Amino acid sequence: MDPLMPPPPIRRIVVDAPHVVVPAPEPETNGAVRMRPRVTTDVVERMRVEELTITYGPKVAVNGVNLPVHQGEVLALIGPSGCGKTTLLRSLNRLVELTPGAARGGKIVLDGDDVDAIEVTSLRRRISMVFQQPNPFPMSIFDNVAYALREQGSKRVKRAELMAPVRNALERAGLWDEVGDDLDRPALRMSGGQQQRLCIARALAADPEVLLLDEPCSALDPRSTATIEELILQLRESLAVVIVTHNLQQAYRIADRVAFMYLGELVEYGLAEDVFERPQHTRTAEYVGGAFG
Amino acid sequence: MSALATPPQERPPRLRTDPSGSWRAWPLRDRVLLGLCWAAGLALIAIAALIVLYMLVKGVQYLRPELLWDRPEASIDQSRSGGFLDPILGTVLIVVGALVIAAPLGVATAVWLTEYGKPKWLARMVESGIEVIAGTPSIVLALFGLAFFAQGGLGFLSATGEGGAVFGRSLLICCAVLSLEALPLIVGATREGLLSTPRHVREASYALGKTRAATIHRVLLPVARPNIATGCALGMGRVAGDTAVVLLLGGGTLQLTTNGSIPGLNYLQGTGSTLTTYVYANSPSGEGGAPEKAYAAAFLLLALVLVLNWAVDRIARGSNERLGWTR
Repeated sequence: MDPLMPPPPIRRIVVDAPHVVVPAPEPETNGAVRMRPRVTTDVVERMRVEELTITYGPKVAVNGVNLPVHQGEVLALIGPSGCGKTTLLRSLNRLVELTPGAARGGKIVLDGDDVDAIEVTSLRRRISMVFQQPNPFPMSIFDNVAYALREQGSKRVKRAELMAPVRNALERAGLWDEVGDDLDRPALRMSGGQQQRLCIARALAADPEVLLLDEPCSALDPRSTATIEELILQLRESLAVVIVTHNLQQAYRIADRVAFMYLGELVEYGLAEDVFERPQHTRTAEYVGGAFG
Repeated sequence: MSALATPPQERPPRLRTDPSGSWRAWPLRDRVLLGLCWAAGLALIAIAALIVLYMLVKGVQYLRPELLWDRPEASIDQSRSGGFLDPILGTVLIVVGALVIAAPLGVATAVWLTEYGKPKWLARMVESGIEVIAGTPSIVLALFGLAFFAQGGLGFLSATGEGGAVFGRSLLICCAVLSLEALPLIVGATREGLLSTPRHVREASYALGKTRAATIHRVLLPVARPNIATGCALGMGRVAGDTAVVLLLGGGTLQLTTNGSIPGLNYLQGTGSTLTTYVYANSPSGEGGAPEKAYAAAFLLLALVLVLNWAVDRIARGSNERLGWTR
């Protein structure tokens, strides 16, 4: 790719979705309550995973997975530990390439373009990621968000110019009201829940199209978890959200679609209600019923 | 939720020790070992205290304020041999000079080793190179420096005699050779800081579309800053305390001399002494010039190194409070 070419323009697809509340039936398998109204209109497909296979040396982590990712929906990847869900997630923004020995087969498509054809730094600005552990950088709250906006390594852009987008990102992450008056505070002095929301703000700052979340609540207390879950539900209107979670109740609460993986293979994919209440496969039924995990 | 059967209850194992944890109930062997551990720790404190107290008593006894700003003179008469202004300045010059050379080199080496490190064989060679430098006695480094810098082509670095004879001796050459002593400490400390940064912090930066260079510059180096500072302070202590290199390469003049015409640089190109060589030259085992002044200078040197150590401690402690990632 010509290095002088400007990065491809970000395609915003506005989904005009009337929010129709369809009361979810009371779950029988667990006590979780679905939190939000379902979007009933058609959603837009942004990414597609085709025959994806990822191996670490002799170990096959992901085996022949086909999966669409839609804007306007939360897709939850569930499955027992080591089933390849995090690897699948990390392959979407090509982060898996950083793992020594990892090899990928198959195809991943973002808006019709093969991700291998997109320059990796611009790909990762379009598909951003939040990690399991809150990991703000050791700088101020402002600089953490501004880091995502600035050119590579540069500090040249003035603070005043960046204030508006930084504020916007912090507002979208629901953090502005708590930290807006003291943006110079070191980010690592915040609470764990605040740190994780800062990481979400940082991921949102570059205005991505897809947001990947790798067990974002596993290190947090229930109250912070609830805040972040509400945040995810707001965010899915404007971008595609893919979340890996160990927490079945969380998947049930927030996911529109669920993909159940087992030993690297995609066993079942469908609407959350279907996967949780009418699973087609025995393994899925056992897993969502809590038989193994 | 789990369908696994609960394992049968096991009888609690018989304990050899009192669960309340009092050492009195421990077996004899454990009590003896505990005593040895305590003794080792206490002995170390006692030795350190003894050194500091001895030097304090001896040093303060002979330390006069005017010694700090009087220039030393070569004289057998104690009342006319002056103070140690020049050795103090020499020490400062050498410490700063060696650090200016060693810090960028050390940080760059550590970054390359941890963040790039390919090809592997080259990284291994770099590592053993650092180990060799760290393990080389300073007198050997000094001898090598003397042979190396006495070559005619490198004459601009050193004091030169009549007709352009290259002596291979100057404070600048001391700095260059002493920077080798500080280098392994800086590399080690910086690597430790980079290695202890969790992988997900690097990946968080890559996941924002940042290149490796931007990640190193804006995330990893700021993270490792306390470690770099620790390495530098350790290196400074090492450089300030070295005698052999300055003795061989410093030119052996008591006073700072200038060489060359560029102001500032001419002191580095000239010769001089440091507190260590001053102590050596005046100690009872050296030429036996002035043991009282040796004690005073030694106390000053010890105080300098102790302050550096204290600074290391402060920096290290501050960084622990600052970075609170879970791994």
